[in-house]
Amino acid sequence: MATSSLLLLLADGRFPAGAHAHSGGLEAAVAAGRVTDLVTLEAFLAGRLATAGLVGAAFAAAAHRAVTSAGSAVRGSTLALLDAELDARTAAPALRTVSRRQGRALLRAGRAIWPEASFDDLPSTPGGAHQPLVLGLLCAAAGLSRAETAAVAAHGTVTGAASAAVRLLGLDPYQVQALLVGLASRCDGTAAEAARAADEPPERLPAAAAPLADIHAEAHATWEVRLFAS
Amino acid sequence: MRAYARLVARADGRGGTVLAELRGETPLLLRQTPGSGRAVTVYVVGGAAGPLAGDDLRLEIDVGPGAAVRVHTVAASVALPGRPDVVSRMAVRAVVHDGGALHWLPEQLVAAAGCAHLAESRVELAAGARLTWRDEVICGRYGEAPGGAVVHTRVDYDGRPLLRQSLAVGPGAPGWAGPAVLGGAPATGSLLVVDPSIPHETAAVEGTLARLPLAGGPATLWTATAADAHTLRDHLDVEVEPLLTKVE
Repeated sequence: MATSSLLLLLADGRFPAGAHAHSGGLEAAVAAGRVTDLVTLEAFLAGRLATAGLVGAAFAAAAHRAVTSAGSAVRGSTLALLDAELDARTAAPALRTVSRRQGRALLRAGRAIWPEASFDDLPSTPGGAHQPLVLGLLCAAAGLSRAETAAVAAHGTVTGAASAAVRLLGLDPYQVQALLVGLASRCDGTAAEAARAADEPPERLPAAAAPLADIHAEAHATWEVRLFAS
Repeated sequence: MRAYARLVARADGRGGTVLAELRGETPLLLRQTPGSGRAVTVYVVGGAAGPLAGDDLRLEIDVGPGAAVRVHTVAASVALPGRPDVVSRMAVRAVVHDGGALHWLPEQLVAAAGCAHLAESRVELAAGARLTWRDEVICGRYGEAPGGAVVHTRVDYDGRPLLRQSLAVGPGAPGWAGPAVLGGAPATGSLLVVDPSIPHETAAVEGTLARLPLAGGPATLWTATAADAHTLRDHLDVEVEPLLTKVE
């Protein structure tokens, strides 16, 4: 089935969008001594999935919905509103910058792979559109469903941090993978919740906050030497 | 219990503020206290224990052009269990017009064991309005694991989304105590300062206190986690006191 292969390609960490350069806040959490082993990593991933994971997946799903079901006249304004709504959910400037930078990297890949897709509907925000919006459009261009789009987004928020954990803490990759397997059904649940939420108006999309994610991100942004960009 | 309270403040034309409307009902009673300066001060006086699951409390605040209001509560609000399978709800809806100022500085919300509480705030600020908005959550009474609490805040500035955040703690919020969210800190809070006259600030972090300039308007969010309620208040108070004495 063509759709399955495309889903796998988009969810793959090797998709050329620079995801491997980001730890999803893990590097700062490790430096703060909060994540030290598999147990604390699991708690980190669960919290990240329920906050940034849910919000990112809901916005990817909402962007997918905007380009697949809205008329072309309102696509641009809906995406611009989603972009502003996601800004309002991203209190830390460092996280806004990272999300837009990841959006730009993903958009470069998207334009090269699907040159006919309507990426021009994305808002011309300085710094580029937020990553979940670009992801939503990429998934739509690939013909993925809204539920698959949310799954790709939710999956990405935990796998990126998990593979960073192997590098940062020298954890056993088999054990980290087992941890991800254990989180899989929760990840599916988050994706399903996000896909449902995308039916709501933008202001009512999930806004799950994580104070330490904001605090860690700003601390991390001040480091002169770091292994990951975020 | 269900209760509805409403506060309407207007400029009095002589540089001060009058309360055009001030009404409430148990357990949401409003009392004006004498103060000096341009702002009027109103205390929310809890007329009963709680909120208990099943309570539905609503407060509306309308601050007119040029008016200024400070709202405090007399004590921490302790969310407690009540009827099964229902939540307690405290909904605040505030509108601040151009040149108006609202300082919402309540005491902490304590999420007691077994509670199921939802605090929902919706604030609309006109361009030129000012706001100080403090939210503090204490996860459980001393030595106690908290029940479920969600603090949901939505603020618009000049018709644009400024802040949307929903902090969930307790058994229904996966990973809430873990290193991605609160890192085991039993106290967390934020202070939103919206003021067009304050120059744009950069982000800064000290320990577990961060200053975060927002994207959607002339606003800064201070966010913190702390080992206890007093430390949390110390973090956030450092920022709020100069603002209040300077402006009002």
